[in-house]
Formats: sequence, C-alpha cells, structure tokens
Amino acid sequence: MIAILDYGMGNLRSVQKGFERIGHEAVVTRDPAAIDRASHVVLPGVGAFGDCMANVTRFGLVDPIHRAIQAGKPFLGICVGFQLLFTESEEFGSHKGLGLLPGKVKAIPLPKDVAASYKIPHMGWNTIHIEKPAPPLQNIDPESYVYFVHSYYVEPAAQELVSTRTDYGVSFASSVWKDNIFATQFHPEKSQAVGLQVLKNFGEWQ
Amino acid sequence: MLTKRIIPCLDVKDGRVVKGVSFVNLRDAGDPVHVAQVYDGEGADELCFLDITASHEKRDTILDVVVRTAEQVFMPLTVGGGIRTLEDIRRLLEAGADKVSINTAAVQEPAFVKAAATRFGSQCIVVAIDAKCVSSCDGDVQEWEVFTHGGRNATGLDAVCWAQRMMDFGAGEILLTSMDQDGTKDGYDLPLTAAISDAVTIPVIASGGAGTLPHLYEAFTLGKADAVLAASIFHFQTYSIGQAKSFLSEQGIPMRPGTIPVSMV
Repeated sequence: MIAILDYGMGNLRSVQKGFERIGHEAVVTRDPAAIDRASHVVLPGVGAFGDCMANVTRFGLVDPIHRAIQAGKPFLGICVGFQLLFTESEEFGSHKGLGLLPGKVKAIPLPKDVAASYKIPHMGWNTIHIEKPAPPLQNIDPESYVYFVHSYYVEPAAQELVSTRTDYGVSFASSVWKDNIFATQFHPEKSQAVGLQVLKNFGEWQ
Repeated sequence: MLTKRIIPCLDVKDGRVVKGVSFVNLRDAGDPVHVAQVYDGEGADELCFLDITASHEKRDTILDVVVRTAEQVFMPLTVGGGIRTLEDIRRLLEAGADKVSINTAAVQEPAFVKAAATRFGSQCIVVAIDAKCVSSCDGDVQEWEVFTHGGRNATGLDAVCWAQRMMDFGAGEILLTSMDQDGTKDGYDLPLTAAISDAVTIPVIASGGAGTLPHLYEAFTLGKADAVLAASIFHFQTYSIGQAKSFLSEQGIPMRPGTIPVSMV
C-alpha cells in the first residue's frame, strides 16, 4: 500500500489516480499509523515552500516521514515535496526544510538579456537528461519530456545525488536519488505515459 | 528544451460539450471525458475546459466532469468559467484540476487574484483577459481594452497594464483572448499577443482566431506566445494536434513529439 501524505496542499487526487491507473493501491492520509503501515510513501506538494513546510509540521508529519525513510521504505517527493527534503529554501525569505538531503532551494535566475528571454515560472514540457539511472527511471527514454511548473530549483550540495538534469536558465537537478529516496521536480502524475511509467516503477521498487 | 504548448479548449455546459465537436468514430462526442481522451492520444500538451453553465443549480456538473477526466487523462487540466470564490477554486483543485482560470472576478475584485495565489500558489492561478482593440488598429500606437461577459462589458482597463497588474498580484499565467479575432479563423491578434508577452515575465497563452496551422506558427513567432489555445480547428478535425505539431516542428518551433498512449503503460 502506497501512502500519499495529505498536508492540505497539493493535487493529491491526481497522484492517487495515477497510481490507481497502473494498478497500485494508494491512500491519501495524514494518519501516522497508516503511514507506518505503508510499504511506500509519497510527499507531493504545490504552493509555496514555507506554507508547505508549516503544514507538514502542523499535521505532525515530520516524524512519520523520518521513520519511513529510516525504515528503508521507497520514498517519492514530487515538486515542492521534492524541495522540502532539502536543507533550506530562499522562497519568500529563508525557510528550513526537512534536512533529509543536503542542498538549497533557489530562485531560477531571471534572463540576462532580451535575446535569450524565457518566462518564469518554468511551465510546460521539458526534457530530462539521465545522469544516474535511479530504479524508478527504468524503461524511461534518456531524453524524455516531462511536465514542469516551478519558479525555484534545488541545488544539491552533493553532485552524486543528481539523477537527472534539465536546462532552463540554469542546468538544474530535475530529480535526485539517494538510497530509498527518489524525488522529482517534475510532475510524474501530469506527464502522461512517461510519468505513469515512473509511478509504476516506483510502486514496484523494493 | 522547453517546448511550446498546444492546448485544446472545450466549452462545457451542464456537463456536456457544446459548440459542436465533430469527431468521427467517437462514441459520445458530447462527453468531455471522451473528447479529452482523444486529445490525450493525439499528444495535446494540456487541456482546458471552459464551463459556460448558466444555471446556478447545475454549477456542480463541472466538478463531476473534472473528477472523471482526472481518472483518464494524465496531463495538466485548466478549468475556467464562473469562478468567484476561494471555495470554488478549492473544490476544482480537489476534484483534479491543476489550474483555474479567473476572468470577471479578477476585474471586479483584483485582490481576489492575490488571495487565490497566496492560498493555492501562483502555479495554479491563470488570469484570463478578453481584450478588444480600442485605438485605430492600423495606426502606429495600438491600445486594447479589457472586456468582460464575452466582450459585452467594457471595463476601461488597458489590457497591457492589466496583465502586468495581475502578474504583480500573483497570476502564474495569462490566457489572452482577442475579442476582435475570436471566431474569425483569420488568425490570432499578433500585435496584442506580442504586446502582452513583452510586458510580463509569466507565460502567455494566445487565444482567439486560429484557423490554419500557419496561424499557430505566427502566434509563437510574431506573437511571442508560450502556448496556443484553439477550439474549432481541432474540434472539427480540420487538423489533428499531431499534424499541427509536425508542421510547427518542421518550421523550427520546439514541440514535444508524439507520445505513446497512457493505455500502453
């Protein structure tokens, strides 16, 4: 059973429907006992980093998240749920994250000149370049298109965490992998067949 | 590389597709979910539902449509039409929408956009702007005014200033419809689209007037749009989304190539 953490932010139904579509049972929950019983844990998230972190704390999810990761359960962070795993973010001031992975969340830099103009948020379909093929990326073509929507990106303190990179103003970590943690800046639940394959792989990850 | 997006838009009334979608081989072309699945298979980059349900009692029909769509289609879904309160937004997002498009309510109460962006994040707040040319449109300096209620009500707001203000209030994207071009199939209003796109740093979706594939191309090049919204050219199968993408790709516009259907995973 996959537990999708409900902290009042995020497109929980989309993530759940994605898992259900490819035959993995998933529940949306904030009950610590249910999270402890789950085989896999997902931390989704949309919105501002500070608000998301405040809600994760308010709903008592910090300890269950730590327990799941220490127990070695496959853990998936998505978008802000990916960013929350790191040390801190500079979005609207400075905010501490869960500190499970070393690194900082920074703003995508504004275009330097008009000729190389690009819009922020980074919104739409962009390619991932696979650097370190994490188990959830099995059967994913190396230059696949996935769906992004974000104005901040993660700069991991250790390069070996980077699983895929994507270019948009900067070359940033579009996913990271460490032991049982896999996390994506993109939205697998919105990335059509490629995204469902990632969810399927994650659900089968032991 | 970030690709330009093609977004088919469906008008939905009382839970049914209106404005004649004619798909051959589609069991129920009136069901928004079936049409959404077709566009999913063709490689649409996002979907948009515009809810034009008039009666208050039937307003919830769109929620059911969104729930059923989210079970079948795994790409971003924007829902617009009649959104006036934070509760309206919450219910749509909870049903499975990824973004909501706010039009009249933004004009009536601009602070609503700020409240919505603060609560739900800018990434899901699209501000829809219906604009009409109000200067001599052949002249050197062009001006456009914001209209509401399908172009009937003038607001006195300058469209370029309004787009900037909505960005400052937290809008994550602008859905820009030219009331002059809408329904003409003569092409998008390129000066308007370029003026707004130059004035804001958030993505702009061009809407209104698409009739041919070169129109889409011009919206991205001369209009500087990040995405194009189109209805009838896809609904009547004048062109498939796949054809549009091949054409644009050949012209050098970055496009996401055709994708395998979700059913193959």
